[in-house]
Amino acid sequence: MDKQPIDNTKESRLSAQQITRNFDDLHPPLNAQQAGMEASRCLFCYDAPCVIACPTAIDIPKFIRQIATGNDVGAARTILSANIMGGTCARACPTEILCEQKCVLAKGEDHPINISALQRHAVDPVIAAASSHLFARKPETGKTIAIIGAGPAGLSCAHALAVLGHDVQVFEAREKPGGLNEYGLAAYKMVNDFAAREVEFVLGIGGISIEYNKALGRDVFLEQLQEKVDAVFIGIGLGNANSLDITGESLNGVQDALQFIADLRQAKDKSALEIGQQVIVIGGGNTAIDAAIQAKRLGANSVTLVYRRGLAQMGATAWEQDLAKTNGVVLLEWSKPLKIQGKTKVQSMVFERTKLENGKLLATGDEFVLPADQVLVAIGQSLENQILGDLKTKYGKIKVGDDGQTNICGVFAGGDCIASGEDLTVQAVQDGKIAAKGIHNYLGGGNV
Amino acid sequence: MAKSQLKASIIIWGAEMSDLGCTIAGIETINPFWLASAPPTDKQYNVERAFAAGWGGVVWKTLGEDPPVVNVTSRYGVHKDMARGILGMNNIELISDRPLEVNLREIEQVRKNYPDRVIIGSMMAPVEEELWKELAIKIANSGVHGIELNLGCPHGMCERGMGSAIGQVPELVQNTTRWVREAVDIPVFTKLTPNTTDILLPAEAALAGGADAVALINTVNSVIGVDLDQMAPKPVLDGKGTHGGYCGSAVKPIALHMVAEIARNAATKDLDISAIGGITTWRDAAEFIALGANALQVCTAAMLYGFRIIEDLNDGLSDFMDEKGYRNISDFRGMAVPNTVNWNDLNMNYDLKAKIDQQTCIECGRCHIACEDTSHQAILMQVQADGSRKFSVIDDECVGCNLCQMVCPVPECITMEPVDNALPYVTWPDHPKNTMKSAE
Repeated sequence: MDKQPIDNTKESRLSAQQITRNFDDLHPPLNAQQAGMEASRCLFCYDAPCVIACPTAIDIPKFIRQIATGNDVGAARTILSANIMGGTCARACPTEILCEQKCVLAKGEDHPINISALQRHAVDPVIAAASSHLFARKPETGKTIAIIGAGPAGLSCAHALAVLGHDVQVFEAREKPGGLNEYGLAAYKMVNDFAAREVEFVLGIGGISIEYNKALGRDVFLEQLQEKVDAVFIGIGLGNANSLDITGESLNGVQDALQFIADLRQAKDKSALEIGQQVIVIGGGNTAIDAAIQAKRLGANSVTLVYRRGLAQMGATAWEQDLAKTNGVVLLEWSKPLKIQGKTKVQSMVFERTKLENGKLLATGDEFVLPADQVLVAIGQSLENQILGDLKTKYGKIKVGDDGQTNICGVFAGGDCIASGEDLTVQAVQDGKIAAKGIHNYLGGGNV
Repeated sequence: MAKSQLKASIIIWGAEMSDLGCTIAGIETINPFWLASAPPTDKQYNVERAFAAGWGGVVWKTLGEDPPVVNVTSRYGVHKDMARGILGMNNIELISDRPLEVNLREIEQVRKNYPDRVIIGSMMAPVEEELWKELAIKIANSGVHGIELNLGCPHGMCERGMGSAIGQVPELVQNTTRWVREAVDIPVFTKLTPNTTDILLPAEAALAGGADAVALINTVNSVIGVDLDQMAPKPVLDGKGTHGGYCGSAVKPIALHMVAEIARNAATKDLDISAIGGITTWRDAAEFIALGANALQVCTAAMLYGFRIIEDLNDGLSDFMDEKGYRNISDFRGMAVPNTVNWNDLNMNYDLKAKIDQQTCIECGRCHIACEDTSHQAILMQVQADGSRKFSVIDDECVGCNLCQMVCPVPECITMEPVDNALPYVTWPDHPKNTMKSAE
């Protein structure tokens, strides 16, 4: 970690070199020796708990054994046939609450297999080779499917459909594909344009075209698409960042944390980015943690993450919380934002202490002020209702059946915009897979 | 063995300590660990390093008549597990490629420098009485404690009519042993090859020839692997490969069997045994002694880890003996021999059932799938309400084969429990289901 003292003056910000180091791979890839040794630890469990814990059900013991036997390409095929975004998931999955938590060696030796690192070891060379030779397309079916959103759900669905022989037209609201893989994950998890290279790999299967700057409800419309194509998949994520609804939220220096991360991910020169000296991050999820750590690594003098409940109630995993702490982020719990103060620019924030009583969060009336010159808000996102038209929702998200189909016949959905599980890349990939099967079946292709 | 108890017992230093000193073929040695005839015993420099490290003796690398042999490059091949641990290795090296005189003068020097350590001279020669006798006398004159006949080398030398080419013919084993026995007045060890169908034939021949001890096993004939790019056996030497001698941990079971056969055979049971074959740990050593070995020879482990492994070989064996109350090696030597019997002497009524400790089970399912796919289907997997898996033994289906216990990664999690069925000891020859049962 960064050991350089951070001054309060802008002039003494971290050097570009230091910032480059700070945004290096959080977990460097394993070398062949490390991968071989780690793979050899795997017990090759039967009906393995790690597989059950993986939303995409990657056959983990099989791919690890393939690494151990020197069949790295086979390992990549095993991973990618279950999860075409296995490269991103190897970097971004909270494995500590998924596969690695269930690894029987966590119980037996207090040291689970480093599944994510092994997965990356197998997948990276295939992505680097940028070829889809691992998969072949079935004969063309003549069917066309429109996919709205080139995020993990949309691309997963697109790849699976392309493999089945369908043509896929993707409409993406932003300038680049990848969704949150490209814009939303922490920079030190996704170094060296990995998200872009992964998309290139996915598209390598053929039969998939993408149009950029095409947003649902602005440039493309469900009814029009339905007339032109055989089926539609919606994977638009959650567009709206939730706001705090307190005074001072429009002051300069108050920003949506996801936008902060997106700017950071897209910046050609991170050392040119504006960063406050006293940063407050509001929220308790992984986005809040990612924003806080990256603010610190950009050179913020102090970063305080404030959450209205306790650490145990945080959406961020214990591992993520520890990472924040070791990066020098202060985690402040049981504090609820009351207002943001400043003239044109944020200068401080007022909080009120909270407590939990009989399962209810109560304000205590005990107020305190924290100085701040930047506030990053990460309290979740929600679906833009106005673009949904006749689509039915449940708990604020698009409602789908087991096959991913919405209430509108021939319209399917997946990813963060449906209520399928955790808001994770791996879940979005699985949603896309399920919907692709649903669409194939809907188009008369039968169950695959 | 309870290691904690063991540690507690060694705190009491003093008269109770075991003595590793022992005798084989009349030769006294400060401990039972000798280095076998091989590259580590090729010259004074190595041997003196070994003695400084604590080895009790060495069998000098095999000597032949001049001119010395010429060796090739790419001499060793390896057999690894998936964690890159070495299970076994093979070699295509020949005998000492240094002039006989150089070796003999060095032996003399080491004898002076380390008078309390044992040096055995290993030798081989073409099957001519004079050649064997002349060479044996020369080696004996260098001051060695004994002579070992290399009748086992399964590669290279056998193509010249030596090594295993002799060891595989009992008559030649007897003759060469007798020639050396007649030529010198020091103990004679006949080293046997495992590349034979019945180890008792050469062992009995060695005894008939007058051997004071047999040393076994020599290496097992093998092709260690195939280079799939060059399409040639390993080690690959300019595009070609040949069979070599297999050694290391992997051959220990073969050696244990052959040692036991000699130890429990009426004709050879009094023959001293210098046991060789994959001895890597003190536990391996204790097992060979329990099956009748008087002393031990080690090679591969020393080649792979260096001479310093002698420290734990000595410590571990000594601690084991203290734990069990054995004062010296002869206290437990051969104790497992009476229990090594033919299949027909086993108790058909003995019944074992696997038992899985639910507290320590980590739910890997290895026991279940091993049993499921190995024909007994005796381990049930039940998914619990909380998603955990419970593995339990169906006693009626369990044949007590040990497979589940072997594949279980958790020590002591699966135990094999004897069933108290109150049935008598019945062997197959007396078993009611034996249709070939001899009439009473």
